[in-house]
Amino acid sequence: MTRRLINRHPSAGSALILGALPFILLALAYVFFSATRLADNPDDKLLPAVSQMVDTAVRMATQPDQRSGNVLLWADTYASLKRLFLGLSVSTLVALVAGVAIGLVPYVRAWVAPVVGVISLVPPMAILPILFITFGLDELSKVMLIIIGITPFMIRDMAARVAEMPSELLIKAQTLGASTWQIVTRVIVPQILPRLFDSLRLQLGTAWLFLISAEAIAATEGLGYRIFLVRRYLAMDVILPYVAWITLLAFLMDFGLRKLNTTAFPWLTRRAG
Amino acid sequence: MSLVVENVWKEYGDQTVLERLNFEVPTGEFCALVGPSGCGKTTFLRMLLAMEQPTRGKILLDGKPLPEEPGPDRGIVFQRYSVFPHLTVLENVMLGLEFERSPLVTRFFGAERRRAMGEARSCIASVGLEHAIEKYPAELSGGMQQRLAIAQTLVRRPKILLLDEPFGALDPGTKAQMHDLLLKLWQEEGMTVFMITHDLSEGFHLATRVLSFDKVRRDPQAPNAYGATIVYDLPLDDKEQRKPIIERWRHQLAERQSQFVRAGI
Repeated sequence: MTRRLINRHPSAGSALILGALPFILLALAYVFFSATRLADNPDDKLLPAVSQMVDTAVRMATQPDQRSGNVLLWADTYASLKRLFLGLSVSTLVALVAGVAIGLVPYVRAWVAPVVGVISLVPPMAILPILFITFGLDELSKVMLIIIGITPFMIRDMAARVAEMPSELLIKAQTLGASTWQIVTRVIVPQILPRLFDSLRLQLGTAWLFLISAEAIAATEGLGYRIFLVRRYLAMDVILPYVAWITLLAFLMDFGLRKLNTTAFPWLTRRAG
Repeated sequence: MSLVVENVWKEYGDQTVLERLNFEVPTGEFCALVGPSGCGKTTFLRMLLAMEQPTRGKILLDGKPLPEEPGPDRGIVFQRYSVFPHLTVLENVMLGLEFERSPLVTRFFGAERRRAMGEARSCIASVGLEHAIEKYPAELSGGMQQRLAIAQTLVRRPKILLLDEPFGALDPGTKAQMHDLLLKLWQEEGMTVFMITHDLSEGFHLATRVLSFDKVRRDPQAPNAYGATIVYDLPLDDKEQRKPIIERWRHQLAERQSQFVRAGI
């Protein structure tokens, strides 16, 4: 009898081919449609040739801009990553402190959990105008959008992770004489850190979304700003490499956080041999 | 520590879990708590830990009311989740010492660290885990994890040791080893032990006294109206280990009485 579908596994080689196939198909489709459109109209801007995109990308990454004197790709990347890292660091720190407090201390839970729950349901984009009005149009409002956009969810995630920790461990720590502070620093936080990095990883996409949105509306540099600026000239040869570059950055962050979790917390992956 | 349980009840709303618990346990006694599932053995253990409070009656430890929260005088070994998964065997055992002696940073440095490591190591050796000192709990077998849980509890030298089906998930061979180990440690430390077990023969083998929980009154119309109580309190007087415990207990009682007499009560 043949095995069920759920019990059939691809070999390592075929898994690699299967995984690469969609990429290859997408690339082939792009090259085909681009070539077709360019054959009809050599000035077509919608699907630029790969060679043109490479030329543009190299120009953006190596030659200074005539007006500002900056090499645009790097200036944009630096501006965007600075906002992103600032927002993510603040969010992560706040989520850790608030999440542990809410998950562990009943009084804090009764006091803070409802307001965090409501705030997490406010659509951040809807209050972007308020942020621009209160924090001005410069860096702070963009960073704030990222923080407001992802922190409430991270707090709720952390609080839930702390609350679902086996109560036996907390009891055990108390029978060993631990104070609340000792339980937080030696029992809760070390076990919750990998969850925090996981949570951060899952919020990366959302953080990028808010960053690019804020940059699209009011900025003078940044990856999102550039994309929305050149949209006016239908400059797909800039937009597509920028999107690819943003995707690569997001992938590297995700990969880095995953690697951090496996190397920094050996107890997560060790099993009886 | 001796324990006095005076007319203790535990009720959740309409549901009575335990009722009319009355008994006294002398220092050093090894009590096995047996009985069918859901008859309140674990609830009683949780009351001893002060995870829950009795709704009526009182529990006295050495004549004083039980503290209102868990503390280092009462150690516990659960069936599962007893050890900290993010710490190695050595760190798990050291943790109790760090909690005790380093309130703020909860870490040792220099000579203090070496001394604590020595203590932890000898404690680990007493449960036979010295070869696995750098391993994480997930790398240990079930029996080794329970050994670790016992070592971790004993490093704080609790006066009362509470065990909630500690060997329930172990194979018979490992179980027998654990029995020998537990008896040895109990004799050395002189602790009072309360151990929940579903295995009657285990209870009779280890304990000096067997407390059997069950419901005596049943109302078919309201199955929650009556709780369980202790239906059999069996002291195993033929055991050698029980004699000194009782001897000491009688001595204490006589002393207490003579104090009353001297005080003119």
